[in-house]
Amino acid sequence: MSKQRKAVALISGGLDSMLAAKTIMEQGVHVEGINFFTGFCVEGHTHAIRANDKAKPKRNNSLWVAEQLGMKLHIVDVIEEYKDVLINPKHGYGAHMNPCLDCKIFMVNKAKQWLVENDFDFIITGEVIGQRPMSQRKATMPIVSRESGADDLLLRPLCAKNLPATLPEREGWVDREKLHDFSGRSRKPQMAMAEQFGFDDYAQPAGGCCFLTDASYSSKLVDLWKARDGDKQYDLDDVMLLKVGRHIRPEKHFKIIVAREEGEGRFMQGYKKEFITMNCASHAGPLVLVDGSPSAEDLFLAARITARYGQGRNAEQVDVSITDKAGSERIIQVKPFGAEEIPQQWYI
Amino acid sequence: MNRETLNARRLLCPLPVIRTQDKVKQLKAGDQLEVICTDPGVMQDIPAWCRINGHKVLETISGDHEYIIILEVGE
Repeated sequence: MSKQRKAVALISGGLDSMLAAKTIMEQGVHVEGINFFTGFCVEGHTHAIRANDKAKPKRNNSLWVAEQLGMKLHIVDVIEEYKDVLINPKHGYGAHMNPCLDCKIFMVNKAKQWLVENDFDFIITGEVIGQRPMSQRKATMPIVSRESGADDLLLRPLCAKNLPATLPEREGWVDREKLHDFSGRSRKPQMAMAEQFGFDDYAQPAGGCCFLTDASYSSKLVDLWKARDGDKQYDLDDVMLLKVGRHIRPEKHFKIIVAREEGEGRFMQGYKKEFITMNCASHAGPLVLVDGSPSAEDLFLAARITARYGQGRNAEQVDVSITDKAGSERIIQVKPFGAEEIPQQWYI
Repeated sequence: MNRETLNARRLLCPLPVIRTQDKVKQLKAGDQLEVICTDPGVMQDIPAWCRINGHKVLETISGDHEYIIILEVGE
């Protein structure tokens, strides 16, 4: 009796990795999923912070995919290790701060380590040649295989027929003829395949699965690094806070984060011991975090911005509460900034 | 039967799931784990993770901006 072969599939929560895993499961291979959490994943429930997004399903799509496929899913925290990928990408960045090729190499390498530790036989990804301009091109496929150390243990079921046969194909663990030859940016073959398998509720992320592909998020990250004199180290709270609020930097040494709605305000409440916080005392208004080392004059300016985003924006005077990290509160009176008084270049 | 508590407040998914996954690895079949979270997404994600991995959700409690899931570790 032949040995039951086992594959680990990189599962992003999107359709391609789902179909890749399904293709191999259909051939009788035992497949388990692996999903890496870098801190920048859109797949996290960042949307859930925002009360306005309550209508959106809050499911984690990688878990949903695993459940649809009836396979185990291992979610791995790679926040610390990922820093080096983001800060020093050998292959550079994409359109924004997205180090897509280095990221793919990193993740396949982590999957290879997992494979060795767990006695699995090969790795599956949902990559398709030509699907993405930076990381999924014909030229980058061998780079990912080689630099990740996975070499020919890396099988891309959706475009395998366009690539040299890998070990699982040569050894007959999978039938190459039942693999696919997808290429290019068209999603039609994947959608047809999804329909064939009865998958009709799969995720269709509009901007990819990573905040680093987002122009606004990338700007905030670059601003953070600049404000720290080029020190690119960060912690999880740094990257989480870049996902919420309106970010306004009047001066290099301090930044203001204004909650845009109730859900963000509630989330930001958790940072009251790490930041000076402000809110309007005489009117309703958002929670504001003040980051950096503001002077008394800076705090006065921040209070005027805080008042600008509250219900008293048109009042002559607004009471603004300022609470330091130790919890001491004082109230000052300010005139809210007018609509045109906050320079556009302050907005990050 | 051992019962433990995991504080996953202020963490956004999937971190509460990852912390649960890591904690469960340290427990034995039949042990119970109470996970306390603030991200409402856990009400969907932790039960999904349990179903996938053979653990049983005993109770879910939605409080005032706090969400508690009590699970029993499977075989």
